[in-house]
Amino acid sequence: MSDTKKNIEQMNDIQEAPLVQGNHTFGTITEKISSITETPPPKGWWIAFLFSLSLLVLLKVSILYLIWEGTGIWGLNNPVGWGWAIVNFVFWVGIGHAGTLISAVLFLFRQKWRTAINRFAEAMTIFAVMCALIFPGIHIGRVWVAYYMFPIPNQMLMWPNFRSPLLWDVFAVGTYFTVSLLFWYVGLIPDFATLRDRAKTKVRRLIFGILSLGWRSSNRHWQNYEQAYLMLAGLSTPLVLSVHSIVSTDFAISLLPGWHTTIFPPYFVAGAIFSGFAMVITLAIPVRWIYGLESIITMGHLDKMAKIMLVTGSMVGYAYSMEFFIAWYSNNTYESFAFVNRAFGPYAWAYWIMISCNVIVPQLFWFKKLRNSLPVLFIASIFANIGMWFERFVIVISSLSRDYLPANWDYYTPTMWDVSLFLGSFGLFFTLFLLFLRFLPIIAISEVKGVMPEADPHHGDIH
Amino acid sequence: MIPKNIYGILAEFKDPKEILRAANAVRKEGYINYDCHTPFPVHGLDDAMGLKRSIVGYIVGIGCIAGASAGLILQWWSSTIAYPIVISGKPLFSWQAFMIITFVLMVLGGAFSALIGMFHLNRLPTFYHPLFNSEQFKKSTDDKFFVSIEFSDPRFDIEDTKKFLTSIGGVNIEVVEE
Repeated sequence: MSDTKKNIEQMNDIQEAPLVQGNHTFGTITEKISSITETPPPKGWWIAFLFSLSLLVLLKVSILYLIWEGTGIWGLNNPVGWGWAIVNFVFWVGIGHAGTLISAVLFLFRQKWRTAINRFAEAMTIFAVMCALIFPGIHIGRVWVAYYMFPIPNQMLMWPNFRSPLLWDVFAVGTYFTVSLLFWYVGLIPDFATLRDRAKTKVRRLIFGILSLGWRSSNRHWQNYEQAYLMLAGLSTPLVLSVHSIVSTDFAISLLPGWHTTIFPPYFVAGAIFSGFAMVITLAIPVRWIYGLESIITMGHLDKMAKIMLVTGSMVGYAYSMEFFIAWYSNNTYESFAFVNRAFGPYAWAYWIMISCNVIVPQLFWFKKLRNSLPVLFIASIFANIGMWFERFVIVISSLSRDYLPANWDYYTPTMWDVSLFLGSFGLFFTLFLLFLRFLPIIAISEVKGVMPEADPHHGDIH
Repeated sequence: MIPKNIYGILAEFKDPKEILRAANAVRKEGYINYDCHTPFPVHGLDDAMGLKRSIVGYIVGIGCIAGASAGLILQWWSSTIAYPIVISGKPLFSWQAFMIITFVLMVLGGAFSALIGMFHLNRLPTFYHPLFNSEQFKKSTDDKFFVSIEFSDPRFDIEDTKKFLTSIGGVNIEVVEE
């Protein structure tokens, strides 16, 4: 008898810490997460919301002025025809990678810890892709002919050029947005039903009743639901890896030194995952603190995300050094110049910001102590976001500003409208994210219940 | 004595272990038109209820093929028939370059068919269901586990079914009306 006990104790020692900490039951999980949407938001929410809303107004004003005046208000010049608009586009699409990676790839690998963070990471993805989609939409200058991007029968009898990576991009990002939205909605259905059944007012019952489509927790439904979820995860996994690969072909398929490299697709994907996880950490730390979700989004979750940042940050660092190696090894004068120019030319300051934030900062996460320190995690994640914006800046601007002919060279400086559009996109992102925090279940209620030890039908049995 | 508009009987079970045992018992007793309602999918419940594997996967397969074909046909038709223009000396039907959009539309077709297939098999949206008349059923999306046996089941008998559900550990047994 005592042997059995000893064995169980040993078993417990080697098992990981539970994903949900504290004395939670199914009921308290429902209560904890649903009550966030049912009670008035904390004061801090209002401050953040009004601040984001004012940035959103800035975005709208900037877009209207852009449409009125044209892209001449930006700092674009003759060699640099792609400025901050494309930098911001790639930056936001990159951030949008963590959500679907967490919900799809980690689902296929049965990483159960994903359940605590997948809902708001997916929301983050959707909002980040929305921010991203603004920039190609407006940078065409004449926004009223944006429909030229789509294969729509038109009065000119023209069709888009399907050999162009820019058109691949339209399809890839558009599909990514749609599939992420479907995936997010499917995950939300059981939680909408929970909110419907808890609803105290008629309006809430009606809204969540419609959104939950009459979900009645039936196991016959769960069976199809789970398989549909698995299928969506299986489809999203290659999709999430392909989207940033396709974005990178916008650059890699051109002939510009510094862009025309085969390492771009995997390097962009690693960078995207790096920046996406950085943004999830940036958002998760304040959210778990304000709403008291420390027992659900535990230090263990943050620790795992920091490890992913370490891995992907190091992959990005490897890609940076490999680019240099290939530039030297290819013995191509233009290619070698492009990289020496990056590190020591007029944009060297941006290059070294990028290296410090993306390669050096994540190395902190080799140490468990630093992975478990909230201030370190928060600050490092913000540095990673800054670094990843600069990565795109370095790629786009340094290569364009100095191409083959020195007579073409020019230095690019943004104008206030470039800055206001970028800041404004954060306004859109945070406005949507705060509305999500206020009105929707920010953690997947049914999924978290499913990974609790009590959810196992054999819980408490002695094997 | 039987009320005219009866839907079935609902019984509560307290945890995943009990619902699993109950589902096994209900199936062995010979009931067909019954269901289990759980706040999250319980591992092993499909086998306990004797459910066959879901066919969503096949629907997704068809959706993927349809999406990929639509993508390839669109690109082939628009660049060779509707608007044939030679760009950088490449063939009109440059299939290598067309693979990307073909792949992306395959994923899109698959994703929509997963969603629509799941909705169709589950007959969702169904905004009205007799079970919503039960007050305690609201707990099924919170922390309670239920078995419902329908009136339409050939073995259904109010008293016998009630007794049976009690004997397998069901509590708060309720007759649900339409």
